[in-house]
Amino acid sequence: MSKQVRRLDRVVIRFAGDSGDGMQLTGDRFTSETAQLGNDISTLPNFPAEIRAPAGTLPGVSSFQVHFADYDILTPGDAPDVLVAMNPAALKANLPELPSGAEIIVNTDEFSKRNLTKVGYAESPLDDGSLDRFAVHPVALTSMTVAALAGTGVSKKDAERAKNMFALGLLSWMYSRPYESTLRFLERKFAARPELVAANQTAFRAGWNFGETTEDFAVRYEIGPAPMASGTYRNITGNAALALGLVAAGVRAKLPVFLGAYPITPASDILHELSKHKRFGITTMQAEDEIAAIGAALGASYGGALGVTTTSGPGVALKGETISLAVALELPLVIVDVQRAGPSTGMPTKTEQADLNMALFGRHGEAPVAVVAPQSPSDCFHAAIEAARIALTYRTPVILLSDNYVANGSEPWLLPSVESLPDLTVEFASAANAPDGRFLPYLRDPETMARPWAVPGTPGLEHRIGGLEKADKTGDISYDPANHDLMVRTRAQRIESIPVPDLAVDDPDGEARVLVLGWGSTYGPIGAACRALRQRGLTIAQAHLRHLHPMPADLGAVLARYDRVVIPEMNLGQLHHVIRGRFLIDAVPYNKVNGLPFTAGELESMLEDVVKNG
Amino acid sequence: MAELLKLTAKDFKSDQEVRWCPGCGDYAILAAVQGFMPELNIPRERIVFISGIGCSSRFPYYMNTYGLHSIHGRAPAIATGLAASRPDLSIWVVTGDGDALSIGGNHLIHALRRNVNVKILLFNNRIYGLTKGQYSPTSELGKITKSTPVGSADAPFNPLSLALGAEAGFVARTIDSDRKHLQSVLRAAAAHRGSAFVEIYQNCNIFNDGAFETLKDAGTRDEYLIRLEHGQPITFGDSCVVHPPGGFGLSVRPTASVDPAEIVVHDQGVADPAYAFALSRLPALDLRNTPIGVFRAVTRPTYDEVLQQQVADAQAAATGTPEEQLAGLLHAGDTWTI
Repeated sequence: MSKQVRRLDRVVIRFAGDSGDGMQLTGDRFTSETAQLGNDISTLPNFPAEIRAPAGTLPGVSSFQVHFADYDILTPGDAPDVLVAMNPAALKANLPELPSGAEIIVNTDEFSKRNLTKVGYAESPLDDGSLDRFAVHPVALTSMTVAALAGTGVSKKDAERAKNMFALGLLSWMYSRPYESTLRFLERKFAARPELVAANQTAFRAGWNFGETTEDFAVRYEIGPAPMASGTYRNITGNAALALGLVAAGVRAKLPVFLGAYPITPASDILHELSKHKRFGITTMQAEDEIAAIGAALGASYGGALGVTTTSGPGVALKGETISLAVALELPLVIVDVQRAGPSTGMPTKTEQADLNMALFGRHGEAPVAVVAPQSPSDCFHAAIEAARIALTYRTPVILLSDNYVANGSEPWLLPSVESLPDLTVEFASAANAPDGRFLPYLRDPETMARPWAVPGTPGLEHRIGGLEKADKTGDISYDPANHDLMVRTRAQRIESIPVPDLAVDDPDGEARVLVLGWGSTYGPIGAACRALRQRGLTIAQAHLRHLHPMPADLGAVLARYDRVVIPEMNLGQLHHVIRGRFLIDAVPYNKVNGLPFTAGELESMLEDVVKNG
Repeated sequence: MAELLKLTAKDFKSDQEVRWCPGCGDYAILAAVQGFMPELNIPRERIVFISGIGCSSRFPYYMNTYGLHSIHGRAPAIATGLAASRPDLSIWVVTGDGDALSIGGNHLIHALRRNVNVKILLFNNRIYGLTKGQYSPTSELGKITKSTPVGSADAPFNPLSLALGAEAGFVARTIDSDRKHLQSVLRAAAAHRGSAFVEIYQNCNIFNDGAFETLKDAGTRDEYLIRLEHGQPITFGDSCVVHPPGGFGLSVRPTASVDPAEIVVHDQGVADPAYAFALSRLPALDLRNTPIGVFRAVTRPTYDEVLQQQVADAQAAATGTPEEQLAGLLHAGDTWTI
């Protein structure tokens, strides 16, 4: 029977199941297949903090959303067009976000009385008509997988566990995905257990064949490749891109990279990734705590390495004293904060942008540091290089503000050539710098205001530095009032005067009266909302801050060009506060702190209101 | 044999005025260290002193080497990063009882368990000096100070027991006023590859004067102080150290009452830290039976050696320039070309 093939321009699929059902893996594989096809992609995983919450419960639901299209997209999609629900909990947890008409593929085997009761269903929603506004495909995923694997010798448990591959096979068929990379992936993943390679490949094919033969799936979809800049791409998460950016920074600086880190969600993957790349001269240390992690990184910087520490908000709080020391020592240091919902432990696997105040101001004394934020998963690569560039050139701690949304989300990444990356070569001090033959550790470069980086081992430059206030130029301990005033102002000025690129403003027809200003991971949803408004004939300008400190020199002039400036943030208005305080403009805040990224839809309707009503 | 550098103590004096209280034990330690440094025959630029916060932590400013005066308690962590990435350096951490055992306790034990190649000199004066006289984690129980007017309620740490609990490879104790002994311990610590932990009893003549007087006074020291010598029976005054029959650890007996064959012969190379731990438990509350000298000197791979070897192995297995390897890394995994 030949099936009808329908062409779509975009689809959002959400795979949802128990945290042990392998939904992240399934989503990853589907994404990889989709990338091979040349669609533009954006993904968003959503998982509980518990590694294995009680099976079948609402808190245990883990999901992975993938948005793919035949055009350039900016977000993982507001709401799924297709939900794959592996059990009643996955159905119930995701139903509120499902628009009418969405397709639901449910694993009917898990809809037992017991599992229904666990999540508070008195009756099966598959039978009571409550899903009538959706297109429901009931599929006995588990039992069909077990049946397909009968006689292969794998245990019933292993057979049941392969049901995610059955689901992946079915979805791969539905959306006409190339699956060779998945079969190869399974060979690698289960290399030690060939029987599981066969079982999972069989389950995958069974799912594919089921789609082809069953009458329940009458339509198969195709989404053509997106027109993208030519070059070689790979799909990448923000954390992986950030780690590669640090590797690249070390190569381009010709310096060893030293990472001190303490495990913390959602930053640990950067430690995992960097620990694999020792051949680049990278040393990773899993420290005893957050303070030791940054202390060791600073010690390595003192010795001439690129010192890096990676963490999330609670870790940055603990590192504050050492960041202040690094400010006083004027040594390069990169502090990566993959923000998560706070305060305290908060919601460790959910996103937020509420560490901006801490990054800008969260230290004792006047302790300015540079702050940089990536705007998308692949941008984490370039933002990491930029953070390292500032740290090395200007001898300062730099805070790189990522967040859970960009860290775990993924998108296609146009791979840069190594030669196109900035040259970060540094020069260590090698000789005395004063006319009288002395070495003055705080004599500054007139252009960068950076002090010399004189690493231990350099003859003739032995010197002592520390957290006590230092005399200008000599670095000797000083309690002189005028000197302290000078040093405080100098430390502020040297960060403030770091040159950063002018603000790029996206204002296609130059007639917009409203500017939406964002920073960090909100770039995607803000951009998608602006595009949607423009398609409807409205004008709006978008600008996005990559450098939070110092800010672009033309920022004030840009803001002054617009009647209204709107600042959406996943916090209660931290950038908004800075902008108002600094530029004295009555900017409009738009804030959300529910642990989830903005949807393009909500920003579109909010911005529409501002554009129309001022 | 490396060329003799012909350095003198004077070469290790910085141009900074030393600003401890007159009569502070730190002066004697500084002089002993500066006097000992030429023996290392290491160029000054390859020596780094790192400290935390406290009176003792001013030490780096007075040494004409590289020096870093950091933050309270964190010197071992900072030194770990430096040692792990710069195995060519001779790194010394100077700390105090509050700095190392209170606010920085965690970093100390982890540096020791990792066997980071740093020499840690803990100046123990059993008091907070820089903050003007509060009790410290080594102050005796019931200590009356500004912050404990009716006596402290917490039992003290025994620094050597703690270090041995963390399986420190080199553990020793010495006294500020005994320059010869102090330098002999520094010599042994410097020769030890890996973490070396040296407790130096140091007198704070302002806030805790005479804390170790019984170990220094000519009238009492022979009865109080045990001078450990590798390979020698442990005897002092009229006493000696034996394994108590049927008991744990070690105990002190009148030498006259013991068969000489039963006197413990000190062996700093005992692999099991339990022996050195037993030695560390000998002192009584009034400092009677206090051993000084090298308790333990046992080598094992150092943290920097292991980390550097991992990097070297990875680099030996790699081909191409770093730029070529980076291009390969960026293009790893599933890629597609448009």
